[in-house]
Amino acid sequence: MAWALVPAAPRLISALGLRRLVLSRPVHISLFITCYNDTLFPRTGRAVVAVLERLGHTIEFRQAQTCCGQMHYNTGYQAEAMPLMRHFLEVFRDDETICIPSSSCVAMIRDHYPKMAAASGDSAVARAVEKLLPRIFEFSELLVDKLGVIDVGAFFPHSVTLHPSCHSLRSLHLGDKPERLLKQVRGLTLIDLPEATECCGFGGTFAIKNVEVSAAMLSDKLRCVLGTRAEVCTAADNSCLMHIWGGLSRQRTGVRCLHLAEILASTEAGEVS
Amino acid sequence: MSAKQDIIDRIRNATGGSSITSEIEYESINRHYRQAGILDPAARIELFADRLADYGSPVYRCAESEIAPTIAGILTERSKTGLLVPRDLPRIWLPDGFYFFRESPDYHELDSSEGVLTDCALAIAATGTIVLRHAPGEVSRALSLIPDYHLCIVFPSQIVETVPEGIRQMASFSTLPITTISGPSATSDIEMTRIKGVHGPRTLEVILVT
Amino acid sequence: MSVRVGEAATAPEFPVAAKKLVSNAQIRQNVRRATDIIRNKRARVVEEVDDWEQLRRAGHEIKEHVLRHLDFYLQQFEAACTRAGGVVHWASDAAEANRIIVDLIRAHEATEVIKVKTMTSDEIRLNPALQAAGITPYETDLADLIVQLGEDQPSHIVVPALHRNRMEIRRIFSEKMNLPELGYEPEDLTAAARAYLREKFLRVPIAISGGNFAIAETGSVCVVESEGNGRMCLSLPRVLITLIGIEKIIPKFRDLEVFLQLLPRSATGERMNPYNSIWTGVSPGSGPREFHVVLLDNGRTNVLADDFSRETLDCIRCGACLNACPVYRQTGGHAYGSVYAGPIGAILTPQLQAMQHSQSLPYASSLCGACYEVCPVKINIPEILVHLRGRVVEEGHAPIVERLAMKAAGYALETPERLSLAQKAARIAQIPFTHDGVIRRLPGMLAGWTAVRDLAPIPKQSFREWWAKRQKEPRL
Repeated sequence: MAWALVPAAPRLISALGLRRLVLSRPVHISLFITCYNDTLFPRTGRAVVAVLERLGHTIEFRQAQTCCGQMHYNTGYQAEAMPLMRHFLEVFRDDETICIPSSSCVAMIRDHYPKMAAASGDSAVARAVEKLLPRIFEFSELLVDKLGVIDVGAFFPHSVTLHPSCHSLRSLHLGDKPERLLKQVRGLTLIDLPEATECCGFGGTFAIKNVEVSAAMLSDKLRCVLGTRAEVCTAADNSCLMHIWGGLSRQRTGVRCLHLAEILASTEAGEVS
Repeated sequence: MSAKQDIIDRIRNATGGSSITSEIEYESINRHYRQAGILDPAARIELFADRLADYGSPVYRCAESEIAPTIAGILTERSKTGLLVPRDLPRIWLPDGFYFFRESPDYHELDSSEGVLTDCALAIAATGTIVLRHAPGEVSRALSLIPDYHLCIVFPSQIVETVPEGIRQMASFSTLPITTISGPSATSDIEMTRIKGVHGPRTLEVILVT
Repeated sequence: MSVRVGEAATAPEFPVAAKKLVSNAQIRQNVRRATDIIRNKRARVVEEVDDWEQLRRAGHEIKEHVLRHLDFYLQQFEAACTRAGGVVHWASDAAEANRIIVDLIRAHEATEVIKVKTMTSDEIRLNPALQAAGITPYETDLADLIVQLGEDQPSHIVVPALHRNRMEIRRIFSEKMNLPELGYEPEDLTAAARAYLREKFLRVPIAISGGNFAIAETGSVCVVESEGNGRMCLSLPRVLITLIGIEKIIPKFRDLEVFLQLLPRSATGERMNPYNSIWTGVSPGSGPREFHVVLLDNGRTNVLADDFSRETLDCIRCGACLNACPVYRQTGGHAYGSVYAGPIGAILTPQLQAMQHSQSLPYASSLCGACYEVCPVKINIPEILVHLRGRVVEEGHAPIVERLAMKAAGYALETPERLSLAQKAARIAQIPFTHDGVIRRLPGMLAGWTAVRDLAPIPKQSFREWWAKRQKEPRL
C-alpha cells in the first residue's frame, strides 16, 4: 500500500512533486475489460491497471466476465444479446465501482440495458440493471468524476491528437474530460483535431456491411489526423482506434494509435509494454 | 369499406385509440420554453429593426404624423409614381402627388404595377416577422405577393417580442388567411448561395413609426 | 392497401447504390459543401435560443400526444375544415391518392397544374400519374424545378437539388428553357426561373401543395417556404388541392408557436423562413374558390403500429439529420433509393413498407448519433435503426452467413472458457494472413475490412491470461 496516499498528506505529495496525484481514499475497482480489449488490446487493460494502482487503488478482475452484447445488439441480434446481458449482471452483481475502458460498451449498458431489461419482462433483471447503472464508469469518468483526479502523474513526450469518439461525445457526454486528463501529462503536446466530432466510419458491422461509405468516412478522418502532424492519435475507444489505425497503417503513415489509458499509464520509465 | 373508416380502424388497431382525446393530457405537455419577452419596448423595437436589417430590408423611422411625407420621400428616391393599396388603408397616410390605386383583381395588372403599400396585423421582433391578415378590405394575398415591391407600415404597439406572443395574437383571427413575412423572398437552392427575390416581392421595405 | 414509396420497392440495396455515388467526386463535393453551409447556419441560430431544449421537448411531446389520439384529431380536422368550406378526402395508399387528385383535376377539365414542393407527392409518384392522365405538372420550387427539368430525383428533403452545382443547373435551364445566352451566376439562374414560372403562376388554374402542419382545432393548414412559389400556388389558382400525410396533424393553433421556432432554425438555419401561409377552408373574395385536402395513409399506420418506433412519425421534415449525417454527407440522397433520404429516410422508408423492402437502410448508419443530437423533435433515430435491424433479423431477412457468424459469436461469448478457446483459435487462424506483424488481407465477410484497412494481429496473450499469470506471481 505504498501508494495509498491519503488526504492527510497533501504537503508531502506536493513536496514529492506529485501534487494532485491522489486526494481520494483507495477504492476497490472491478475492471470490465470488454471482450475486444481482452482479445485485441490487452495492453489497454494493463495500462488501466497501471494507472489505477499507481493512484493507490486496488483492482479486481473477474475471470467469469465476457461481453456486454453490443455487437449483437447493434447488428439486430437482440435475442443473442440477452444472455450476454444476464451474464454481465451476474458477474458484476456485487461490485461497487466498475471501470470500463470503452465508451461504446458503457453506452451499450446505459442506453440499452434498461430497454432490454424491460423487454425481458423479468423484474429481477430490471432491478439489477437499475442497481448497476450508477456503478459503471468509463475510464475517464472514473478518474475525473469518481476519483477526482486529472493529473495521474504521467509522462509522454509526444504530440497527440484526440479523436472524441461518437459514444464518448453523444452518449456519455464525456465533454472535455479526456482532454483535461491529457493536458496534465508532462511532455505531451495536445493538438486539436479538425472536424473532431465527425464519426470515423467504424460503426461495428457497418465497417464491413458498408465498406465504401465507411472507407470514405475514414479517409476524411485520416486527412484530419494527418493534418495535425501528431505522432499519436488517441481516443477513449479502441474500436475507433482500430479503424483509424487500420487506415493509417495501410497508408504507411507511421502514426500510432493509443488508447487514452495507455498514454496516462506512461511515465519516465516508459510506456506500458 | 370507405378509405376513411379503413384508416381510422387501422389507427385504432395500432394505438388502441378510441376517438376521444384527453384535454388533460394535452394540457400536461411540458411547455417550459419562453412564453413571453423580457425586453422593454425600446429594446424590442430595436431588435425588430436589427432583424429586418439582417434580412436586408431597409427600415425608415418616422413619427405617425410624418408617414405621408416619408412615403413621398421613398417613392421619389425610388422613382416611383405611385403604389397599389388595400381598400381600407387610411387615406391620411397617402401623400399628394402620387397615384394610390385600390387593389385590382387582375393578376396581370398587379404584376405590372410599381409596388404595393400595406400596413400589418402585428410583427414579431425576435424573428423580424411581419404578419398580414387577409380580411376583406385589408391587404389580399395576391396584392401582397405579385408586385415586386412591398412597403409596409409597422406601429410600435404592433410589435411583440417572441414567436409565442405572436402566435397567440394570430390565434384571435386564425380563421382568416394569414401570411407571415420575414424578409424578402429568397432561395438558397443553388449552391446554398442566398439569392433575394424569387417569386415574392424582391424588395421589402418597412416604415417603422416611432 | 398497397403502399408505394417512390421507387423504393425496386431500388438497389444501399451499399450497392452508395458504392457508385461515393466514387463520384462531383456529387460528394456538392453535397459536402451544401451540408456544411446549412449545418453552420443551423448551429448559429440554434445557439442563440436559450430555450432550445425546452422547445424540442415540447415539440416531441405534442407529436407523441397527437399520435396517441390520431383518430380523434384527424376527424376534428376534417370537421373544422369542412365547416370552413374545404373538402376532405381520405386515401389509404398511393394509388388511391393519385386517383382522387387526377379525378379532381379532370372534373375541371384542366390539363396543367402548378405544384409547390411536396415530398409526399414524390412518395406517391403523383407526377407520373398526372402525366399518364394527360395532365402536365409544373414544379415551382426552384430545386424541384431543377430536379424536374433535369429528369432527376430529389436528393434532400429541404434542398432537393443540392447535389447539383451551378454549372449543371445552367446546362439544364439553358436547354429546357431554351436560353442559350443564360449566365452562370445563381442570380441569373434564379431570374430565369422567376420568368419561366411567373407566366404559369398567373395562368394555371389548379395548384397542388403539401402541408407542413394541419391544425385539428381550426381545420387550418400551414405551409412553410422561402421563395414565394408556395404563396403563388396557395393563393392565385381557382382550385387548390393539398396532399397531407396523416401524421402532419397538430392539435391547436397555439402549437405553431413551438414548430414555427423549431422548423426554420433546423431546416435552413434561419430564425424564420421568409414566408408562412396559414389558411382555413375557402375565404370569400380571396384565394382559391375550391379547396381539397387529401389525407394520406400509405403505410403510416404501419409505422404507428410499432410502439417502439412510432416516433418516426414525429418528423417535421426539416432535413437537419441529413446535414448532420456523416453517411449522407458521403453519398448524397440517391443512395437511399427513396424520396426520403438520410437517417430519417433510413427509418421511415422500410417502416412505411412494413419492412418488406429497403431492409439495407437500417444498416446504412454508423450509429454515431449526430442525427438524434440535431433532431428538433427528439426522434431517437439511432435507437430506432437498431430496433429495425432487430426486425430485419427477426423476420429472416439477414444474410445467412451473418446469422451463422452471430450465432457462433454469441455462443463463444456466453462463457469465459469458450471465449478463451475462441481467442486461442483465432490466434492460430490468423497465422496464414499475418505478414510482418500486420494482416493485410482476410477472406470471407472480413475481406471488407482489409479492402481498405490493415488489421493488427491478435496479441499472443489476452488480458485475462496476463491477469491470471500476474495473480500467480509473488508481488511486493
